[in-house]
Amino acid sequence: MSDLFFGLVSIVVGVAASYGVFWLLNFLLSLLPERLYRKANWLAFLLPAALLVIIVLVAPLVQTVIWSFKSDNAKEWVGTQNYVEIFTDEVKPDKVEAKKEEGAVFFADNRILDGRFMNILLNNFLWVLVVPAATVVVGTATATLSNQVGPTRERVFKSLIFMPMAISFVAASTIWAYFYSYVPPGRPEVGLLNALFKLLGGEAQPWLTLDKGRLNSFLLMIVIIWLQGGYAMVVISAAIKNVPTETLEAAQLDGANSWQVFFRVILPQVWGTVMSVFVTILIMVMKIFDIVLAMTRGNFTTSVLAFEWYKEFFENSNLGPASAVVTILVVLIAPLMWLQIRTVRQQEALR
Amino acid sequence: MNAVNHFFRKTSFGSTVTLLILVAIWSAPTLGLLITSLRPRDLAEVSPWWEALAAPFTTPWTLEAYQNSLAGGMTDSLVNTIAVTVPATILPLMIAANAAFAFTFLNFKGKEFFFALLVALMVIPLQSSLIPVLRGMVWIQKTFDVELTGTYISAWIVHSAFAMPLAIYTLRNYMMTLPKELIEAATVDGASYYEIFWKLVLPMSTPAIASFAIFQFLWVWNDYLIAFIFVGEQKAVMTYRLLRLLGQYGEGWQDVAAGSFISLIIPLIVFFSLQRFIVRGLLAGSVKG
Repeated sequence: MSDLFFGLVSIVVGVAASYGVFWLLNFLLSLLPERLYRKANWLAFLLPAALLVIIVLVAPLVQTVIWSFKSDNAKEWVGTQNYVEIFTDEVKPDKVEAKKEEGAVFFADNRILDGRFMNILLNNFLWVLVVPAATVVVGTATATLSNQVGPTRERVFKSLIFMPMAISFVAASTIWAYFYSYVPPGRPEVGLLNALFKLLGGEAQPWLTLDKGRLNSFLLMIVIIWLQGGYAMVVISAAIKNVPTETLEAAQLDGANSWQVFFRVILPQVWGTVMSVFVTILIMVMKIFDIVLAMTRGNFTTSVLAFEWYKEFFENSNLGPASAVVTILVVLIAPLMWLQIRTVRQQEALR
Repeated sequence: MNAVNHFFRKTSFGSTVTLLILVAIWSAPTLGLLITSLRPRDLAEVSPWWEALAAPFTTPWTLEAYQNSLAGGMTDSLVNTIAVTVPATILPLMIAANAAFAFTFLNFKGKEFFFALLVALMVIPLQSSLIPVLRGMVWIQKTFDVELTGTYISAWIVHSAFAMPLAIYTLRNYMMTLPKELIEAATVDGASYYEIFWKLVLPMSTPAIASFAIFQFLWVWNDYLIAFIFVGEQKAVMTYRLLRLLGQYGEGWQDVAAGSFISLIIPLIVFFSLQRFIVRGLLAGSVKG
């Protein structure tokens, strides 16, 4: 109970204090001469946000990039060593000849590409390749289907498909870990996937450990598609409802069937919306982390960049390499910044 | 009913069936865990959940797992989650609304540049800032003897900061639609910007603020990473405890299952009761990457 009380008090104090900050800022500025006050007034509104963004977002980002060129304790400069160690692996002197015969590509005398890290990059690439596209397809399909049933059914269907949006990554992982769960032979099956697989004549599999063809990574991707499909559906559905009927009727008069109407008339008109959903999910998927942590802890070749950052720092206490990994992620995401700014500019122009 | 709907409603039977199948697939994983959380432990070990679904009236149901979970620390975690979430929803909105006001109605040097910077920051992964912030807080703790990590306050600060770009962006978008004449008239009447903001712009922006608040609430409630780093074990939130439980599911799925649904109750209530506003918010672009 004292916890509850403390919680309540801190909520009230916290909120009151931040109101006080704005009041105080305005009060201090109002002590200035009238002309100056009018000119400097924006500071009273912007300062708290600006400080927060600079101190908690921008400056730490710069610090991370700096640390990526420093040693584990951030004491000495090590140049690009962290990056070299992330991308490449040292080969023991007695193995060098053997590796050369295998045709491995050498960097310097004794370093070859780090297969593990290449797998991580490949995983990130697969996530980016599969999830945004699949989510948009699921969203468009469900949006179109739900447009073809009565309003009550439409509402119920949409609610149920949209519902995962409220679920945390951790709880979603629990739900799906149970769905994929494996029990050793001899005990009754509790995982639905294995039960269905057995029904089709297969044998129960420990799905999340199967990395052949990256099967387990694809199973993790399904969780995100499940979580985000509803978002795509809701946004795309709204766009479809805004398609002017005249264009549909005209197509029908010309004898187009429903597939033609969909692909030639509706889809082109909602394409902008589809792309914006695609980009939003793309940005999210680049940073994917929680699902991997909760479901496989990055084992069985499922690791991705954001998870590697977590592991390097919180499990191995390697500040330098952790900073380098996340810097690589930022560099890979940076082009999307440009895309984001461009999209916003376009929206501003339409305003 | 709108016209596109009317156009499509001719072919409804096949679509209904397809949608039914889709909804069944979509809900099955959740349903499975929900049913398991409501069954006695010894039974769930030997019979799969769909057997209970097939015989709902003869199979025994129990809330035992929920009682275990609540007694085993989930109650504390619920309190912690609320204490993290409520201020981490209100504070960033207040700060962002002020900033959005400046970006919309006031003129200052570098406005365009700062706004572009905010838009760019929406893309940056939060991981890139977390370690330095953590280190900074530890440094403050050592130097000034102010406890920050392991308290709610650190989570409020970090969540507020990460909400800034998107919150300012969506609130500014909304404020741009407010009639400028009204604000000008108030200025002529001698009102200060401070008064204009609190008495005029803030109340008029309620729809946008409310819809962003829902998203921020769900985001913070469901967050694991920031809670793990800045609040940690001391005031473990529900996602934190759930992840620990998930690591030990060898001891039976009941506790994890019950814990999951305890953590889901409030987000689901928010979702189903405020769905209309959520949709509106999504269409206005408030989705966090």
